[in-house]
Amino acid sequence: MNWNTLQQNRAVRLQRAATVLGSELEGKSLPAARIADLLHAVLECGDRVCLEGNNQKQADFLGHALANLDPARINQLHMLQSVLALPEHLDVSERGIAARLDFSFSGPQAARVARLASAGKLNIGAIHTYLELFSRYFVDLPPRVCLIAAEAADRHGNLYTGPNTEDTPAIVEATAFKQGIVIVQVNRIVDQLPRVDVPADWVDFVVQSPRPYYIEPLFTRDPAQISEIQVLMAMMAIKGIYAEYGVQRLNHGIGFDTAAIELLLPTYAESLGLRGKIGQHWALNPHPALIPAIEAGFVKSVHSFGSELGMENYIHARPDVFAIGPDGSMRSNRAMCQAAGHYACDMFIGSTLQIDLQGNSSTATAGRISGFGGASNMGADARGRRHASPAWLKAGQQARAGRNTIPRGQKLVVQMVETFREHMQPAFVEKLDAWTLMEQADMAIPPVMIYGDDVTHILTEEGIANLLLCRSDEEREQAIRGVAGYTPVGLGRDQRMVENLRDRGIIQRAEDLGVDKRMATRDLLAARNMKDLVRASGGLYQPPKRFRNW
Amino acid sequence: MSRPVSYQEATARERLQQLFDADSFEEFLPPSARVISPHLGQLNAPVAFDDGVAVGRARLNGQTVYTAAQEGGFMGGAVGEVHGAKLVGLLRRAVQDQACAVVLLVESGGVRLHEANAGLIAVSEVMRALLDARAAGVPVIVLVGGANGAFGGMGIVARCANVVIMSEEGRLAMSGPEVIETASGVEEFDARDRALVWRTTGGKHRYLMGDCHSIVADDIAAFRAAAAQAIATLAGQSAALSLSALEAEQQMLEQRLQQFGQLRDPVEIWSTMQIPDAANIPMLDVESFIATASKRRMGA
Amino acid sequence: METLNYRFEHGSRALTAQPQVVGVVGSGNLEVLIEAAELDGACSIEIQTAAVGFGAIWQAVMHDFQQRWQLANARISINDMGATPAVVSLRMDQAVQTMLGDAA
Repeated sequence: MNWNTLQQNRAVRLQRAATVLGSELEGKSLPAARIADLLHAVLECGDRVCLEGNNQKQADFLGHALANLDPARINQLHMLQSVLALPEHLDVSERGIAARLDFSFSGPQAARVARLASAGKLNIGAIHTYLELFSRYFVDLPPRVCLIAAEAADRHGNLYTGPNTEDTPAIVEATAFKQGIVIVQVNRIVDQLPRVDVPADWVDFVVQSPRPYYIEPLFTRDPAQISEIQVLMAMMAIKGIYAEYGVQRLNHGIGFDTAAIELLLPTYAESLGLRGKIGQHWALNPHPALIPAIEAGFVKSVHSFGSELGMENYIHARPDVFAIGPDGSMRSNRAMCQAAGHYACDMFIGSTLQIDLQGNSSTATAGRISGFGGASNMGADARGRRHASPAWLKAGQQARAGRNTIPRGQKLVVQMVETFREHMQPAFVEKLDAWTLMEQADMAIPPVMIYGDDVTHILTEEGIANLLLCRSDEEREQAIRGVAGYTPVGLGRDQRMVENLRDRGIIQRAEDLGVDKRMATRDLLAARNMKDLVRASGGLYQPPKRFRNW
Repeated sequence: MSRPVSYQEATARERLQQLFDADSFEEFLPPSARVISPHLGQLNAPVAFDDGVAVGRARLNGQTVYTAAQEGGFMGGAVGEVHGAKLVGLLRRAVQDQACAVVLLVESGGVRLHEANAGLIAVSEVMRALLDARAAGVPVIVLVGGANGAFGGMGIVARCANVVIMSEEGRLAMSGPEVIETASGVEEFDARDRALVWRTTGGKHRYLMGDCHSIVADDIAAFRAAAAQAIATLAGQSAALSLSALEAEQQMLEQRLQQFGQLRDPVEIWSTMQIPDAANIPMLDVESFIATASKRRMGA
Repeated sequence: METLNYRFEHGSRALTAQPQVVGVVGSGNLEVLIEAAELDGACSIEIQTAAVGFGAIWQAVMHDFQQRWQLANARISINDMGATPAVVSLRMDQAVQTMLGDAA
């Protein structure tokens, strides 16, 4: 019995690479022009290949090279990647190089994913939440080859991934410790790295790409786009949930709704005396919208999944707040930050596209297969958690009061959504579009982002529904209808039941929370445009060009 | 010193309320008169009760001025038949009443193409009415600080005024950035490069090129002060166009073309003008910018 | 475009101030013109909307509006460009509050 097949096969691949590259392979380094030869040499048909495809950074040079290989030589690949962000990520499948795909999120490519899947050109294994996918890299989906992106390598092959470290540590560890092959594109090769994020021992090939790796500012929201309705909802969130439960540790799903909350901390939350009482520890990317709250002393710590373009100098000047290494620069880590969001946070709050009568929430729509990224992980009760906090205990008590069950805490999972979306599309529906998508894409179950059992609160412009306090399916349904505004679901409410739920505090309107609607103007925002954010940062924040109007 | 109130973010009516003396704005043809566009209904498009512009008179430091404010939120502030007629009527009324000044709060993409010839004629009539007002001794001051800027025919109208006051967020030009990119290609002008768009058409460059006379922070109080200052300065002068002024302007334009015509980017122009640390100009706050620019700008 | 008309009789709160206009006719927004009018104590509301086919929702929104304010001898005219019910209610409340000034 040969117990060493992986190592032996690895040696064969490395030998092929050495042979084909000849003297152009210097240590681990090869010229960009030879990338296709390298990939043809080290890949074998049927390999599991993990490509960075992160939420933010893209190993675009390597991805482009992969998509342009000869499908007659390399095919049947099983692609593993967090995000399908670039067209070449789908070209790999469309050209017949890849035969199977497991991923987490495909926002920019969602429509094309649906088209290719229905045309039989894309065989999706499953859609995962990020941490779930990383976990499988250590169980049944170890990558045979990974294609990653880093800021810099030194002459030995040590890597610096810096602020945009993101998914790299999880991917590299899973690959290197199953005798896989690690190929990295770097922006530059230097004599001395600021620090070592990936040791050279784990790295096989380094190529300096012609252009720096692609990265998008996905977590920047221009305060100028925040509406009065969103300010009102943010006020209700702060008073009705953050203050009510004493939420100190949290994650915000990205969006204008949560940006409004971030910008109301130094103003509205301050006026309620909440500094120090809420929002001190964050599992969050470096949102520019959080700058005023940091400057006002609300925020003690922010640990991030990735970085954010334009925030580099601000982060560098606030080392007590962010995850800064001994070298002075940030490191992010999506796997650890997702774990933090799951176990070490007392609340997740984010938006969605649709909610049904049980509180199931999904962004899945017909014709688009997008997945959910990290939301399913953040927006889930952490049943393995054992340490207590006031917010967790209170939520757990509310859920279990009057029931014959052992006491437990519960994570606050808040879905914040306006009752109508653009073009008068209702956010509240009897049946989620996810069911249609399930049939279209031949899925085993409808793709739900957050299950109703995990949702603790639904917040709309009409108020807050506290699902923790509901004791029957009927109460739950009416609580949801009671905040669903003028949507058909909302208009279908049982008026008497809804009034009863309001009397019992299960539904709370703005007036019940003591929120004055006339205060809900944009003047309440600590920053009302990008320039205000720059000013709040003392000039340290440098917004990417697309956000400037100067 | 109260917190700045963004001029850019305010609606036309909010600007009128807060720029002039409290409660002093008296509107001609208010929304309740329902003088709406006769064209938009046929196109199945919504109308506005004031057709996107409020005109009337108000007091500035106790002095009565005639004023109009275009609402950028309605059809980008574009000028249709009624909208244009209101501006023309205002300018003629100002002449009739021998107003000390007309202050136009311009925010417009120019002609409202939906109204075709009626829109084109309307804008040209506004130009003529403005020049008639100046000829009759009524100075016209234009404020440009809205998100939509002053483009197309209204860009031309703005430059017919005695004084143009801009914030750096304001933009003043003829063709819009997307139009230039479509016509001449993205290498010529990348409309999505917002920093480039503002370098080229924004208040700072206009100030340096002599196309606007005064630059202020994005703050209604700052616009108010600059407007009052302009009115005071113009009070001692003739408002009419003069041959010598036109010749001086022509000379300035020829000089601009000669000195900068071959350059590719405003930063190169600013360097050529000997402005220190030209690349950093967009990042300067208004006071620092004025300190470095006021002596070196064209038309200084 | 769609035109919708509503009339609510027997209001109790009369408006005495000059006409007020609130809001801007931009995408997702609306303008609300509110005036005093001789209507035998009624409140009449006329809506011109670019979002066609939502009569039932407008009906419910207007009904709730009148429940809140009980306006008498008031004429409300709206130019709407696809505002959601939340924005409609907000603007209408703002229009009344502007009319009522400190008495709101």
